[in-house]
Amino acid sequence: MPQLPDILFYVFAALTLLCGVLVIANPFSRNPVTSAMFLVLTIISMAGLFVLLHAFFLAAVQILVYAGAVIVLFLFVIMLLDLKEEERRKIKFFGIVAGLISVGTILAIFLKSLRATNLNAQPSPTIEGDTASLGKLLFTNYVLPFEIVSVLLLVAMIGVILLSKKDLK
Amino acid sequence: MQVGLEQYLTVSFLLFSLGLLGVIMRRNLLVIYMSLELMLNAANLALVAFSRFTDNLNGQVLVFFIITVAAAEVSVGLALIVALYRKRQSAHVEDLTSMKL
Repeated sequence: MPQLPDILFYVFAALTLLCGVLVIANPFSRNPVTSAMFLVLTIISMAGLFVLLHAFFLAAVQILVYAGAVIVLFLFVIMLLDLKEEERRKIKFFGIVAGLISVGTILAIFLKSLRATNLNAQPSPTIEGDTASLGKLLFTNYVLPFEIVSVLLLVAMIGVILLSKKDLK
Repeated sequence: MQVGLEQYLTVSFLLFSLGLLGVIMRRNLLVIYMSLELMLNAANLALVAFSRFTDNLNGQVLVFFIITVAAAEVSVGLALIVALYRKRQSAHVEDLTSMKL
């Protein structure tokens, strides 16, 4: 009899992969808005996988940052650019063949190396990725990278403001 | 079947390959960006799985940083796409060939 977390793992994994396929190759619509919507579903089912891995804080951050901020930014830009004309273009046959061959090779390498290694890992009973333990780690061992990341965000913000000026030099 | 590290890594690999396929196959800059996000998320999933199965929280802190950097990258990239669209009226990689020899 399979346990409930195992069933949930298969449900969320299948949802993640299915929506991932629909992001890159939707047979019904070539509209980028549809891709963005399926990306939201991928992100949310991946947050489910994070919860199953006891990474509660990261699951919340995943939904807040990706589904809440990144996808909204994507949709905003898609609507700003008015990409209707793009939908009529065909995907090139050569591109599909080259993509499938290279990706198939990389996937084969991945899976073969996974089979070759003996992963006998058991889930740790003690580890909990909740806000308290992660925050404690973030403000002790990782305080310097944390500050640097804040500078990075500032730089990104200045860059975006500069790039979106009307008369870009 | 008992779900272990192997199953999580397989999902992560498949998702990474999907993202790579999207980057190679699709010609729309915005969809290419979304595929990049898929690849980053696949790496995140692998890191969280390793963190869970090796009794170590460092992987989750790294995922936190990856999410932050990905958000910064998306904002800068989308601003670049908007600036490009203003100049060229296209977000299609085959129209952006001025750096081609």
